[in-house]
Amino acid sequence: MVGKVRENVESMEFLQSKVLQILENVKDPEIPSVSVVDLGMVEDIQIDQYGRVKLKVLPTFVGCPALEIIKKNIIEAIQMVDGVNGVEVEFVHDPPWTSDRISEKGKVNLKQFGIAPPPVFIKEKELWDVECPYCGSHYTTMENLFGPTACRSILYCKSCKNPFEAMKPISTLM
Amino acid sequence: MDQIATPQEAIQNKQYKMALIELLYQLADDDFILAFRGSEWLGLAPHIEEDIAYASINQATMGHAVMYYELLESLGEGSADELAHERKASERKNAILLELMNGTGSYLENPSYDWAFTVVRHYFYDIYKKLKLESLKQSSYLPLAQAATKIKMEQYYHVMHWKVWFNQLVLSGGEAKTRMQAAIQKVWDEFADVLSYGTYAADFSKYQLIEEENLFKQKWEVEMQQVFQKAGIDYPGPPSARKGNGRTGMHTEDLNQALSILSEVYSLDPQATW
Repeated sequence: MVGKVRENVESMEFLQSKVLQILENVKDPEIPSVSVVDLGMVEDIQIDQYGRVKLKVLPTFVGCPALEIIKKNIIEAIQMVDGVNGVEVEFVHDPPWTSDRISEKGKVNLKQFGIAPPPVFIKEKELWDVECPYCGSHYTTMENLFGPTACRSILYCKSCKNPFEAMKPISTLM
Repeated sequence: MDQIATPQEAIQNKQYKMALIELLYQLADDDFILAFRGSEWLGLAPHIEEDIAYASINQATMGHAVMYYELLESLGEGSADELAHERKASERKNAILLELMNGTGSYLENPSYDWAFTVVRHYFYDIYKKLKLESLKQSSYLPLAQAATKIKMEQYYHVMHWKVWFNQLVLSGGEAKTRMQAAIQKVWDEFADVLSYGTYAADFSKYQLIEEENLFKQKWEVEMQQVFQKAGIDYPGPPSARKGNGRTGMHTEDLNQALSILSEVYSLDPQATW
């Protein structure tokens, strides 16, 4: 009996890691280099003994039109995992998504797509510091706080003279 | 009173539910109709950067309306789509100021929209909305408090955006200043309606859904006095509600015009899935 229980626990952990692994392949449709995991959108994964998976996902911005597509992609990806028997995705707002949930790997992959990670606020200088994703220069200016999607702003690099985008900083202090 | 964590709990107390639903309709309808008026500017904003920014703001604001409609949906009021598209003008609880047309003409024919009015309406509304969200973060209805926390983070950028426009135009001279002053008057003539809690005001504070109506008004006035002072304009005193009270379902012909356009595609085939 004890052996059986242990076997179950092990297989659950295995399934959990498989689900997480597959979620690394689910990308934001508007930023195809970054997964929903690296964006910090996946808050909780619950798998019961029957292999039913329940996810809690945090929307980045409330009016983001990509949300339903992301939901569909998550469900389709997880359904492919052996041992999974049904997937439910729920969008929750607590805790609210903030831009500091983006992982280090996510920041690297954002840059690859030409998007700077959320700017860092330097208290001493009272300035936002944004690094150009192309040349690494900090000699950049904000052109438009609002960009092509709700989560991005438009900036310009005065060093390499490229326009680029940056993730908009979002925090509960706002 | 204890915090109400789920719609199931809220439904159990009839009076609480009635007050909550009333408040949610006001919040949803306000954001919905203003986001619609804003979206009519698409392609017509003063310059390309503004077109992008304003489109993004409208999308976010429409997202906030959806969030409130979904809270209503979870309380058994019908689907969010139906609530947005199918309700008649007399059932809407938005403030009259927010439904008023952007100017003369339509976005297809001779749009002669008033940018000064747009800037003032948005800036004053967004300051109001920011204060309202701060209060809603403490709401007794937990799903509403959580929604407010989320929305407020986005609202921060909206207020910032309209503040820049407002100050630049109002502090300049010539036509800009004259038109801004006329716009301020027009918005001030109706803003008391935006501030109104409607017929359930007493229940809103009794159930701690939001802070007491008069306290809230005072808070807004204090903030607005600073706005006027910084802009070098005399504070006009308490705002009025000349066209009536939208919270009670009273509206202008402008709302009918908006509803017939925004529900045109939806009404072609209400059963269609999107």
